[in-house]
Amino acid sequence: MSTQTPLEPSGPTSLRASGRGRWGDPVFRWAVLGAASSVLIILGVMMFRTTIDSMPIFREFGFFGFLAGDTWSTGQSRSEVTGEYGAWPFIYGTVKLSVIAVAIAVPLAIGISLFTNEVAPKWLRKPLSYAIDTLAMIPSIVIAVVAIFFFIPYVTDPIARFLVSTPLGELPFFAGPAQRQSYFSAGLMVSIMILPIVTAVTRETFANTPEDERNAAYAMGATRWEVMRHVIVPRGFPGMVGGTMLGVGRALGETMVVAFTVGSSQRMGASIFFGGDAITAVIFNTFATSSPEAIWGLLALGVTLFLMTTFVNILARLIVMRSGRVVGDAAV
Amino acid sequence: MRSPSRTTAALTALAFVVVACGGDGGPVTAEDAGASDVAASDEELAAGDGDTATDLIDDGDQVGVEAESADLLGAGATFITPLMLEWTRDNEPGIQVNYQSIGSGGGVEQFLSEQVDFGSSERYLTEEEIADAQEIRGCDPLHIPDAFGSVPVVYNDDDLDAALETAGQDSLVLDAETIAGIFAAEIESWQHPDIEALNPDVELPATPLIPVHRSDGSGTTYIFTTYLDHEIDWWSEQYGAGDEIDWAAGTIGGNGNEGVTANVQQQPGGVGYVSYAYAVENDIPAASVINADGNAIYPDLDTIAAGPNSIIDSIPDDFRYDILDVGADGFPIVGTHWVLAWECGYDDAVGDSLRDFLGWAVSAEEADDLARDLLYGPVTGDFSDRVLEQVERINSVE
Repeated sequence: MSTQTPLEPSGPTSLRASGRGRWGDPVFRWAVLGAASSVLIILGVMMFRTTIDSMPIFREFGFFGFLAGDTWSTGQSRSEVTGEYGAWPFIYGTVKLSVIAVAIAVPLAIGISLFTNEVAPKWLRKPLSYAIDTLAMIPSIVIAVVAIFFFIPYVTDPIARFLVSTPLGELPFFAGPAQRQSYFSAGLMVSIMILPIVTAVTRETFANTPEDERNAAYAMGATRWEVMRHVIVPRGFPGMVGGTMLGVGRALGETMVVAFTVGSSQRMGASIFFGGDAITAVIFNTFATSSPEAIWGLLALGVTLFLMTTFVNILARLIVMRSGRVVGDAAV
Repeated sequence: MRSPSRTTAALTALAFVVVACGGDGGPVTAEDAGASDVAASDEELAAGDGDTATDLIDDGDQVGVEAESADLLGAGATFITPLMLEWTRDNEPGIQVNYQSIGSGGGVEQFLSEQVDFGSSERYLTEEEIADAQEIRGCDPLHIPDAFGSVPVVYNDDDLDAALETAGQDSLVLDAETIAGIFAAEIESWQHPDIEALNPDVELPATPLIPVHRSDGSGTTYIFTTYLDHEIDWWSEQYGAGDEIDWAAGTIGGNGNEGVTANVQQQPGGVGYVSYAYAVENDIPAASVINADGNAIYPDLDTIAAGPNSIIDSIPDDFRYDILDVGADGFPIVGTHWVLAWECGYDDAVGDSLRDFLGWAVSAEEADDLARDLLYGPVTGDFSDRVLEQVERINSVE
C-alpha cells in the first residue's frame, strides 16, 4: 500500500554523523540556554538597578512610609533628598481607575462572551471575536488621542455631568464638580483597552463548558437563559476571575491613555470625577523634567508599580491555572 | 498588476527612510553636533582599512568645511518654543538649532548633565546648581536673557464672555489674591465676593472653576508661583514657588504649555496660566491683572515690556533676577527666559556657533521683530549690550 511509504526514513544524509554535527548539540544547547536566561538577566538587572537607584528615597522615608505618604513635593537637589515623596495618591489613583476599568469591562466582557458563544448566529461569531481582538491591537497613543477629542467631550463628560446632577451626586463617590480629566475618564478608556483580554479569557472558559452538562440542562427543559445562568456562568467563573485579574494587571501598567486622561494633579479625592494621578502617569509626565532627587522618587514609584503588577499577575495566573488550562491566557 | 504597484510602494517607503536618515531631522546628540568630533571619528576611520573608510572620510571632510557653523542642540522651556523655532529658521548666521521643547526643568537637567549645548529655562539656577555646575565643568554656567514674556491667566467660559460683553467690559479683572484663591481651589466659582468686587458691572456666571496647572517641571510655573509667592503671604506658606509645586486638590495638570492650553480649551470652567503666545495663538481669553499701582492691566506688547523695562537698570551682573512689584502700565506676571551656556569646554566650532546665534538673537533687529510678532518682549538697548558682553564669555575660558 502507498500508505507505507511515509514511514521510510526521510533522508539518511541529514542524520549522518559529521564533524560539525558533533558540535551542533552543545552549541545549540548553550545558545538556547543563553536565550532563555536573558529574560531572567534582563528582569534581574532592571529590578536591581531601579531598586538601587531609588534607595535614597526608601532610606529616607522607609518602604512603608513611602507607600503611605500622601504628599508628593519634589525638591531640586542633585545629591540629597530635600523634597517629600509619598506614593499613596498615585497608588490610590492607579488602583481606583483600575477598579473602575474592571467594573466597566467585566460585565461587558461577560455579555460579549455569552452573545458570541450562545446567542449570535453562527456566521456572526467569528467576525465578532476577530473585531474584539482587533481592539487589542490599537496603539494606546491612538486611544489617548481619540479619548481627548472624542470620548472625553462626548461620552465621559455628559455621563459625569448627569451623574453629578442626580441624587447620586450627593454621595462622596460621585461628588461634583465633574472634571473632564478624572479617574472616571481614565478608567473608562482603560476599560476599552482591557476589554479584549478579559473577553478572550471569558469566552474561552465559557466555550469549554462540557457539552454534556449543557445538553443535560437543555434535556431537563431549561431555557437558554437558564442554561447560561446556571451552567455556563458558574462553570466559567474561575476563568472569569482569572481574566479579570489579567485585565487588572494590564490596567495597572497602562501609561499613555492614563497620562492623557487622569488629570495629573498629584492629589487624591474620593469622587470618581476628581482629577487625580496614577503611578504610570506621574512618571511619564515628570520624568523628562525632574531633578535627580525627583528621579529617585519616580524610580521608587516604578518599583512599587512593579511589585503591584507582579503580585496581580501571579495571582491571576494561579487562579487561571487552577481553573484548568485556558487558551485565552496565552494572549497575555 | 499588483506586483508593480507593490514595488513602487516599497521604493517610496525606502526613499522616505533614506531621506529621514540623511536629513537634518534625525536625532542629533550634542556630540554629533560638534564638527570636530566628526573629524575625530574620521581619524579613527582612517586608521581602519578599505574603500568604505575612504568614502566616509570624503563625507566627513565636507562636514569639516562647514565647521565654523556647527549645529547646536538645545533643550528646555516650552515657554520660548514658538520664538525659538522662528529664530532657528530665520537666523542671520544661518546656524542650525535643534531645539527640544521639554520644559524648563528638563532644560536645566540636560544642561547640567551636559547632554545639550545649551539649556533653556525661565528660572535661573539655584546656588546649589551653580556650585554643582562649577564642579561638573570647572567653569561658570552663564545666564543669558534673550526674551521677556508674560504668564497671563486664561480661562474658558462662554457664559463669562457673554456677561463681559453685555457689561461692555473688555476683560475679566483679577488680582493676586483672587488668582491665588482660584489656584488654591478656594474660590470655586466666578461668583465670589472678591471677584465681584473687582468686576462690579459684570453679571458673573456660576460656572464651577477647574484650575489647570503644569504637570511637568516648568519655568512658566516658576514665574507664576514666584508672583503669587511674593504677593500673597498665605500662598507662600502653603504652596511657595518653584518650577513644580504641590498643587491643591481639585486642580488638574497638563503637560507643557501645549497641554495646559488644550486642557483649558477642553474644560468649560477651566482656568490656567500659559505663556502669552499660546493664549494668542489659540485665541483663549485672558484676564487683566491688578498690578502694584492698583491698575488693571491686560497683557499686550507694551504692558509686557513695561515690567522688565522698569527694573532693567538694577539687573545684577550675573543676570539672576525675578521681576516683581511691577507698577504703572506694566502687566505684573512677567518673567525672563534665559539660555544657559558654559564659560568653557565647548569645541571651538560649537562655541562659535553658540556665540553667533545668541549674539544675533539678543542684538539683531530682525530677531527683536520676530520676538514682538510672537508677543515676547525683546532684549534691546543698553541691556542688549550688557547681554552681548555675557554672550562673549561663552567658551572664553580654556
